[in-house]
Amino acid sequence: MAMELMKDKYLGAINTVEIGVGPAAIKVGGETAMPFLFEEGAMPYPPVVAYEITDVEPAEWSEHIKRPYGDAVKDPVKWAKMCVSEFGAKILCVRLIGIHPEGAKRPAEEVIGALRAISKETRVPLIIIGCQDIERDNEVLPKISQAMKGENCLVGIATQNNYKTLAAILNADGHSIIAESPIDINIAKQLNILIGDMGFDPKKIVMHPTTTSLGYGMEYVYSIMERARLASFIGDKTVSMPFVLFVGSEVWRTKEAKEGGDVQGANWEAATAVSMIQAGADIVVMRHPQAIKTVSKYIEMAMKK
Amino acid sequence: MIIIGELINGMYKDVGKAIVNKETDVIQHLAVDQVKAGAAVLDVNTGPYSKNPKEDMKWLVECIQKVTDVSLALDSTKADVIEEGLKLVKKRAVINSTSADEDKMGRIFELTKKYNAQVIGLTMDKSGVPNSKEKRLELAATIVAKAIEFGIGPEDIYLDPIVLPVNVAQSQGVEVLDSIKEFGLICDPPPNIVVGLSNVSQGSKVRSLINRTFLVMAVANGLNAAILDPLDKDLVDAMITAELILNKNIYCDSFLDAYRKI
Repeated sequence: MAMELMKDKYLGAINTVEIGVGPAAIKVGGETAMPFLFEEGAMPYPPVVAYEITDVEPAEWSEHIKRPYGDAVKDPVKWAKMCVSEFGAKILCVRLIGIHPEGAKRPAEEVIGALRAISKETRVPLIIIGCQDIERDNEVLPKISQAMKGENCLVGIATQNNYKTLAAILNADGHSIIAESPIDINIAKQLNILIGDMGFDPKKIVMHPTTTSLGYGMEYVYSIMERARLASFIGDKTVSMPFVLFVGSEVWRTKEAKEGGDVQGANWEAATAVSMIQAGADIVVMRHPQAIKTVSKYIEMAMKK
Repeated sequence: MIIIGELINGMYKDVGKAIVNKETDVIQHLAVDQVKAGAAVLDVNTGPYSKNPKEDMKWLVECIQKVTDVSLALDSTKADVIEEGLKLVKKRAVINSTSADEDKMGRIFELTKKYNAQVIGLTMDKSGVPNSKEKRLELAATIVAKAIEFGIGPEDIYLDPIVLPVNVAQSQGVEVLDSIKEFGLICDPPPNIVVGLSNVSQGSKVRSLINRTFLVMAVANGLNAAILDPLDKDLVDAMITAELILNKNIYCDSFLDAYRKI
């Protein structure tokens, strides 16, 4: 006897967020069912992989991930161009480690120069992440937001304790925002509401549920994402935002990746990314070109109906 | 939870007067205020004193639809009055209501099907409102079976166990709450279950508290729709909190606001 599959039908949908402008702009979100369950609903845009680069040479990055990029890691514009022209990156994530007060503490103007050059040379959409020092980010990110006005970037990171400055300026300049919560669905929902209460269009919010690597509690993140998605599909618009996951930065903190050699590290990164995509990630930010290749291939395969 | 706003009813003095004098703004205000407060459906009842209920129903429906596009629950004991409303509605309407009497169901389900509406079925018949859970359940099953014969799916049926005033029929509270629980088991997918909430406190002195407490208990038993006063903020807050505790919505500190944003 033929077995009949149980199928769910939902009413709600994930918001669609557009990043970038012109023909290279990328849309994420829009799902009306869990990932790749095309019999239950739509997944109008495939998940995207963003290449992570930094504004100054990332001293702390493992050699395994720096090696494929060679000397380009010393120059963000060169690096960005390499990701796009050699590896086929469709979107870039620039992490501004160079502005950190305990690091190079580069002035905003220098960073703006680099970002403008990256944007001009590559034309791909940009995700811009601060240095995660609240005060410094609140000083520098507003200037960057203004300078990149009209580029429709995705900028972060806003948290429950620090979202007002960023939300206000990004809203004024028409960018989208990354709202981060510490593996906590309740805080994720609250932060979306708080940002929305500031007049920010909820359809320009992307959630970061916090990323953890394979072997380090990835399951908790998975369950948070799944819960948000299921609530969205039955109509909770306060959690119906696409997800971004910073897979590269988390995986390459683990000893399994750093000490496991080139192949194991890339595999660890790919396995984490694929799991997060299965949980509903719309954007995965990654580092190792080989891992990105594996994941891109996986996405292509999974999107086949 | 589907909130059906109860305030546009000619039984209320100001609404009755507004219907007689065709005071558009009174009705439209009530419509907008109820929708803002969370009503997904507005009940429309010309009231017992309307001299020309068919014309009044038409006027009310047109008047309300100029300011909001939510669904309307066309509330009348007369099928032809309901039909006047059905001809005009822009969104799928809810017919309020039929009893479990054969002839009444026949006429109302015909309209339900013809106008692609949803329908409220009161678990009562010619012999009156039952005083036991068993009889309510029997009538509920009769309604569902008949509706299905007409090709009306359970998702378009609202079963109403009929709430009685606590000050005159105190023993009926438990019967109604138990009925709500069992109505959900009649078929799969389950029918909707609705109550005309305010009736529970009819004639009592502390109406709002009685309404609120009963609603929370009913929600816990599986109620998923109620005809109530959405402008009673405490009442709606209690309902939202009850659904939160039942894990129907994700908690956040602003859960009351969040619910209203959904």
